[in-house]
Amino acid sequence: MISAFFIFNQKGEVLISRLYRTDLKRSIADVFRIQVVSNSDVRSPIITLGSTSFFHVRVNNLYIVAVTKCNANAALVFEFCYRFTSIAKSYFGKVDEESVKNNFVLIYELIDEIVDFGYPQNSEIDTLKSYITTESVMSTSIAPEESSKITTQATGAISWRRGDVKYKKNEAFVDVVETVNLSMSAKGTILRADVDGHIQMRAYLSGTPECKFGLNDKLVIDKNDRTGASDAVELDDCRFHQCVRLNEFDASRTISFVPPDGEFELMRYRATTNVKLPLRVVATVNEIGTTKVSYDITVKANFGNKLSATNVVVRIPTPLNTTNVDCKVASGKAKYVPAENVVIWKIPRIQGGQECTFTAMAELTSTTTRQVWTRPPIDVDFQVLMFTASGLIVRFLKVFEKSNYHSIKWVRYLTKASGTYQIRY
Amino acid sequence: MSFRAGPRKGENYELSQDLNSEYRDKRKDAIKRVIASMTVGKDVSGLFPDVLKNMQTDDLEQKKLVYLYLMNYAKTQPELVILAVNTFVKDSDDPNPLVRALAIRTMGMLRAEKIIDYVSDPLQKCLRDDNPYVRKTAALCVAKLYDLKPELVLENGFLEQLHDMIADSNPMVVANTVAALSDIHASVTSQPDYSPDDPALFNVTTNILNKLLIALNECSEWGRIAILDALARYKTDDEKEREHICERVIPQFQHVNGSVVFAAVKVIMIHMRGIRREDLCKQFIRKMAPPLVTLLSSPPEVQWVALRNINLLLQKRSDLLQNEMRVFFCKYNDPLYVKVEKLDIMVRLANDNNVDALLSELKEYASEVDVDFVRKSIKAIGQTAIKIDSAAERCVNVLLDLIATRVSYVVQEAMVVMKDIFRKYPATYEGIIPTLCANLDELDEPEAKASLIWIIGEYASRIDNADELLNMFVDTFTEESYPVQLQTLTAVVKLFLKKPDVSQGLVQRILNTATKDCDSPDVRDRAYIYWRLLSSDPAAAKGVVLAQRPPISLSRTTVSPVLLEELLAEIGTLASVYHKPAETFIGRGRVGADSVQRKGQDLVDDRLATQKALQTVAAGQQSENLLDFDDVPASDSQPSGLAATTIIPQTPAAANLLAGTSANPLDDLVSIFGGGTTGAASAPQNPFGGLAFGGENGFGSPVNSAPPTSLGSSVASPVQTQKPADDLLGLF
Repeated sequence: MISAFFIFNQKGEVLISRLYRTDLKRSIADVFRIQVVSNSDVRSPIITLGSTSFFHVRVNNLYIVAVTKCNANAALVFEFCYRFTSIAKSYFGKVDEESVKNNFVLIYELIDEIVDFGYPQNSEIDTLKSYITTESVMSTSIAPEESSKITTQATGAISWRRGDVKYKKNEAFVDVVETVNLSMSAKGTILRADVDGHIQMRAYLSGTPECKFGLNDKLVIDKNDRTGASDAVELDDCRFHQCVRLNEFDASRTISFVPPDGEFELMRYRATTNVKLPLRVVATVNEIGTTKVSYDITVKANFGNKLSATNVVVRIPTPLNTTNVDCKVASGKAKYVPAENVVIWKIPRIQGGQECTFTAMAELTSTTTRQVWTRPPIDVDFQVLMFTASGLIVRFLKVFEKSNYHSIKWVRYLTKASGTYQIRY
Repeated sequence: MSFRAGPRKGENYELSQDLNSEYRDKRKDAIKRVIASMTVGKDVSGLFPDVLKNMQTDDLEQKKLVYLYLMNYAKTQPELVILAVNTFVKDSDDPNPLVRALAIRTMGMLRAEKIIDYVSDPLQKCLRDDNPYVRKTAALCVAKLYDLKPELVLENGFLEQLHDMIADSNPMVVANTVAALSDIHASVTSQPDYSPDDPALFNVTTNILNKLLIALNECSEWGRIAILDALARYKTDDEKEREHICERVIPQFQHVNGSVVFAAVKVIMIHMRGIRREDLCKQFIRKMAPPLVTLLSSPPEVQWVALRNINLLLQKRSDLLQNEMRVFFCKYNDPLYVKVEKLDIMVRLANDNNVDALLSELKEYASEVDVDFVRKSIKAIGQTAIKIDSAAERCVNVLLDLIATRVSYVVQEAMVVMKDIFRKYPATYEGIIPTLCANLDELDEPEAKASLIWIIGEYASRIDNADELLNMFVDTFTEESYPVQLQTLTAVVKLFLKKPDVSQGLVQRILNTATKDCDSPDVRDRAYIYWRLLSSDPAAAKGVVLAQRPPISLSRTTVSPVLLEELLAEIGTLASVYHKPAETFIGRGRVGADSVQRKGQDLVDDRLATQKALQTVAAGQQSENLLDFDDVPASDSQPSGLAATTIIPQTPAAANLLAGTSANPLDDLVSIFGGGTTGAASAPQNPFGGLAFGGENGFGSPVNSAPPTSLGSSVASPVQTQKPADDLLGLF
């Protein structure tokens, strides 16, 4: 299990160090610094030296490191590192060197609470916030009943929810957020198009509400059973927050749960069939001799004209020896960024059905090397509100509670891409 | 004021002043600074008494900080820790359960002999606490204590108490109890000579099993992993029970935490072994696929762990993920370690239906920046060609396109791959040989050069200017690396046997150079053998050098079957990520009963593998490592690539060898090259007389001792003197 936990900055200085087990010395941090931080050619997130294994994750120039001495559960260690990051994010916003330094006492408190003897404990943010706060707490100021309530919650069957939540207005917000992964070949054929979706929920509901959630999906485990005509969306797989009763889902496909108070990720899903691509990109890139490259790129919004794509950023790679790029755009702004070897074309808004074009000519210096340009893919980032690439729709969200109050539900849809929408040319 | 004599100035002095300040805020601030110094590795152990004074406080945050300090320095100041005991004991009686838990959690981490005995009473109390939060903390504390002083745990009956706590009403307590018991179990079994009925062993019984299955659905994600791990250790012969466990575990596949999914996969893989109903197993596998694919959209590190494990799972169940190859396509911005793993899996999943998509992907990758990745992509094209017969031609075309790019490392790697394709499909793609030869000047890496030379030698009769091409290599012979020299030598001899009229001079020259001017004994030995063969009986030389070799093939597994089973039982762990048994990297030098037993299995396994390999040889198969051109044999127990072994018993010399006529290999060496005295006399009339040297080298079973000869006649560079015998066997 996890023997030690460290946070290093980019220079390899220790910002946080906590030993959980006694099979290690604090000086093990130096080994990591030498082997990973100052080594430019690290090709694996796990380094094993002798019997000591270092698991590291990089977040904003920080190294989050867990060290083990046994045949540790690698999946668990990485999940834990990422969980730590998300907890830290929700406590102090950004996870970077400055915030870690400013909050080091809080971090020590947190990592003392979420891991004991190398075994991860309760890591539900909502619960943690009830007894680990940014202001110091006097043990006398919390009544014993209060803290025993907290502790019961932290260990109980519904560890994610306090029992005594009260709201004047009972509301639940559901955000369906889909990330489209696209990889399109130079010939325009779709190599891979799928959707990673997650349903984010903000529940402001009193008491201990019992929720039932319905989608227009038909989860198809067995691909042979697929039947044709139906408006139902085929989800390849879905995974749920720990509040969802998995055995009930397994038996009857109903999603029922007692939600945590506040924001949480209810489920994640994956869809690969009938993915509607919101933006169609057609790119013609020609190398003219060895001194010029011409670009002709069209982006077309492929959805109803009531909707619009916002924050569209198209990153168009240029050869390494580009000196200057002359861009012409009808909408948005395009700028050559030499440091990254790309032209960044930003379009604040594209209405449904609209078409935007980009033409440019890149001039190259002559080089002696014969190395051909690798033509990295064009990458498009965007957001489309009230649109789901998979076609998923929330059918219902029912809330049952003892007091039988009325609750208001809001649903929002968002389809986006960031670094995953790639077009080759 | 501090009463210890210490430096009157400096950072520590200031801190000690502040720690004793009359103002609470100043004291707390000082503690924070102490912790900050501790973090960066400064020695602040001298402040122990000053920090200790701040322990008794109502401020929870301050208390935690002081505890943090204590945990770090308790070992260095054992006599002073005793002062803290009182506060700890008092805290473990505090009305606030958070404080009680904090006290018991910290006490377990103080590694000081002196205070250990004081832990027992508070721990006893906390294990029976009303509050589940305190109980779950106390459960782990037992494991901490066992780590420190096992006798204490046994004497106080903590183990029995833990066993009772498995029935606790609170799922989190159950989970931590299981974690503690498993931890203790692991530390017992890591001892070299533990007794099988050590009370500290945690054997999951049927009774415990049922409690675990109930708690599984209720506890936190991390708790589920502890419980699933315990379920994986449950042993039963009852098939119904195994089915029941699997059915209860399957819903966990839908958990959002990837490590829970892996823990569930592990349980299924273990218990599926005992289930004979194939339809049920198929159903489990089918349900396993979607969650595994979903893991590929996790952060790269988790993805990598997933990919390594999927690779293992595919070796066991090739039907898993059959139609999912596309999700393994590399994204341009994937980290390299993820890309490389994806390549491997893509080749595993390649079949007739998806090979076109795969090839166009691989071709795309071959134009990327990272040289390593490009090479691996090209290698993958070669593996695809060898795996799928019907796609071989398309693969060759892709390779030709790549060669046309004239990017040096692409051409070289493609050359190496091409050689393997020729080995799999002999005499099928002769048409492309001119294209390959045209790139001769591009090659500067030994492996690529050796590959092209091998191709030239192999197809010498069809290449008009083969003698000219080889002549170039003979000219620079002494400057080349040994693998290239060996290949050149063999290729020239092949050329001579096929076209004796044009290459008489060439072969004479190379044999001269190789025997006189070469530093490598292997090259010299091979040259001597060829020389003798050619001079005594050209027909026999033909039989040896131009013998038919079996085509190569791709193996389905990269680890031995026994190891594969072992690794599948460790899905999600480091062992399964590295594809190596845990002992190889935890290395406590343990020789426990189970590892001895395992060793035994390995032996059996090796023997099985040998048997199997023999059959494979007979069937003209080759293992995957043949793809590696100059792969030096790892051990003698992996025989492969021995073509036409049947020749041996048919020849009298070999019969002599089998009878073990010659004892000293060096004698024989002398006898062969020194002018035929004692040793060679045993078979003077035989063209294979030269083979008599090295007769000692395990000829009782000649096949077993053969190294994996990569290219029939082109053996990699073995160093020991007795190895040439093996090489000769390889020649057959």
